[in-house]
Amino acid sequence: MNKTWNNKAWFLVLPVLLLVAFSAIIPLMTVVNYSMQDTFGNNQFFWAGTDWFTDVLHSDRFWNALARNLIFSFVILAIEIPLGIFVALNMPKKGIGVPVCLVLMALPLLIPWNVVGTIWQVFGRVDIGLLGHYLRILGVDYNYTQDPVDAWATVIVMDVWHWTSLVVLLCYAGLVSIPDAYYQAAKIDGASRWSVFRYIQLPKMKRVLLIAVLLRFMDSFMIYTEPFVVTGGGPGNSTTFLSIDLVKMAVGQFDLGPAAAMSIIYFLIILLLSWVFYTVMTSQDAKG
Amino acid sequence: MARITLDHIRHAYGPKPSTDKDYALKEVHHEWDDGGAYALLGPSGCGKTTLLNIISGLLTPSEGKILFDGTDVTHLPTEKRNIAQVFQFPVIYDTMTVYDNLAFPLRNRRLPEAEVDKRVRDILSMIDLSDWAGRKAQGLTADQKQKISLGRGLVRSDVNAILFDEPLTVIDPHMKWVLRSQLKRLHRRSGFTMVYVTHDQTEALTFADKVVVMYEGEIVQIGTPVELFERPRHTFVGYFIGSPGMNFLPAALAGSIITVGHQQIALAHRPEIAPDAKLELGIRPEFVKLSREGMPISISKVEDVGRQKIVRASFQGHPLAAVVPEDTEIPADPRVAFEPAALNLYANSWRVETGARP
Repeated sequence: MNKTWNNKAWFLVLPVLLLVAFSAIIPLMTVVNYSMQDTFGNNQFFWAGTDWFTDVLHSDRFWNALARNLIFSFVILAIEIPLGIFVALNMPKKGIGVPVCLVLMALPLLIPWNVVGTIWQVFGRVDIGLLGHYLRILGVDYNYTQDPVDAWATVIVMDVWHWTSLVVLLCYAGLVSIPDAYYQAAKIDGASRWSVFRYIQLPKMKRVLLIAVLLRFMDSFMIYTEPFVVTGGGPGNSTTFLSIDLVKMAVGQFDLGPAAAMSIIYFLIILLLSWVFYTVMTSQDAKG
Repeated sequence: MARITLDHIRHAYGPKPSTDKDYALKEVHHEWDDGGAYALLGPSGCGKTTLLNIISGLLTPSEGKILFDGTDVTHLPTEKRNIAQVFQFPVIYDTMTVYDNLAFPLRNRRLPEAEVDKRVRDILSMIDLSDWAGRKAQGLTADQKQKISLGRGLVRSDVNAILFDEPLTVIDPHMKWVLRSQLKRLHRRSGFTMVYVTHDQTEALTFADKVVVMYEGEIVQIGTPVELFERPRHTFVGYFIGSPGMNFLPAALAGSIITVGHQQIALAHRPEIAPDAKLELGIRPEFVKLSREGMPISISKVEDVGRQKIVRASFQGHPLAAVVPEDTEIPADPRVAFEPAALNLYANSWRVETGARP
């Protein structure tokens, strides 16, 4: 049988193609363009080859920011995922408590990023902030603008406050889809609380957990607004994550070439790590 | 293995039941023998699952006590009652292998691994899944999954009773027959007390020694399949069991003579009945004899159902069904006679002892 070739079909793809081109391909190629050239204004460009990439990959500044970013992502995943599961397990399954809890959980997610940052920036201030003020009264030497550890703690607690809800809601959705008969059967089989979690609840939550881990990883790896508002990347460079560093380089110093090269490396890292997460977490399905 | 005593049990889902209507389960007071196979039969919403959950301990009855072998277990949680239950939809542990699924209830009870292995292999061969032992339970078909659920119910040797809550709903029809006969064989071999909830009369009648018919939260009759067929205690049983169900004809009684419309039928005995009771005469379609003699009827329809015919007719203005052999000729002037031994009299829906025993 011969296939009918009808080139008119391409016209149907065209709108999407144009849209994707404008929203993704053209900007990305612009960045590629910048990353390979040097410019001093006046629209004068000089070929730079892979120089910027070599520069970025040899700069401590980049590796430090990357390390901070990885640590940050790891820490918030290690807190938000177990905490989210724990909260979801303890949420009511029926009654008036359900809508109340759901609304409370959704609230932080509805607040714009920069507002979250502002809230915590004020909240943590030692002169007028509730948190900062009372920590001082309790005798804790807390000051996120001076002490790197305090700055880190503030940024992490803020992220946990902002995003654990997402993990909770996803897990809760997985949990309520489990029919009662499973719990009844587990009781009859004499399963312990841990077995119920391990063999009934966790398997049912697996898919949503995968989504939660991926979303939280990508988001936290790209985090910009909140730490920028709270600490501005400081004190020193202690909370300067990749995105903050990138903006400093591109907008602050106007080093478009290195910034473009860094963007591309940054993009590839996120892509690679997301792929690794996904592969590792879905590979267990394939076994057995 | 245990004798189950249901001592004046009532259950209401609402908090403060006041009238009879508030009870999902009206008073149940019965004793079920050790090693018996019972089927709870009734339409949806008649309280059979409620009763089952009370026995398994997933529900605590509002009133009354439940005893296993004379020991009060009313307030014992499910896991302490030593009961197995199989649910309507397969419950399997996705991440475990078939083998581990079956071993799970035993390992939770810390049985030695050698004993676990012996029992699991036994059950695997019984449910015909020996070749699948090492497979993850996740990718199996619905009836294989349900077999695992059944197997997990059967694997424990020390259970007081095994409860089945419409376990064959999701199973293919031909597989139903196989599993049902396997269950029956298993019951004979093991001697477990088994309680089987279903709304399918065929399933109930083939599985159970004693069928418990429930209607609107009440047990209306407990009996062998033959008893349910020949002597339904309640009009509901007559109507629910059998296909087509029993014929009920509004009747009046004078002495030992029953009058339906203009026809009179003599009873062997003189029943005692309250004067204002609503009387009905019940006769199974199988005992309605069609011939050229007897009481006149007018036939409206004849359905051929294979080896038999169902004759739909009108008798004194009331619908009447008769089951006749396939080769019966339908006379032009049809008349019927009722087999005297098969007549049942009902006052306010409950059977009156007529004294006519077959």
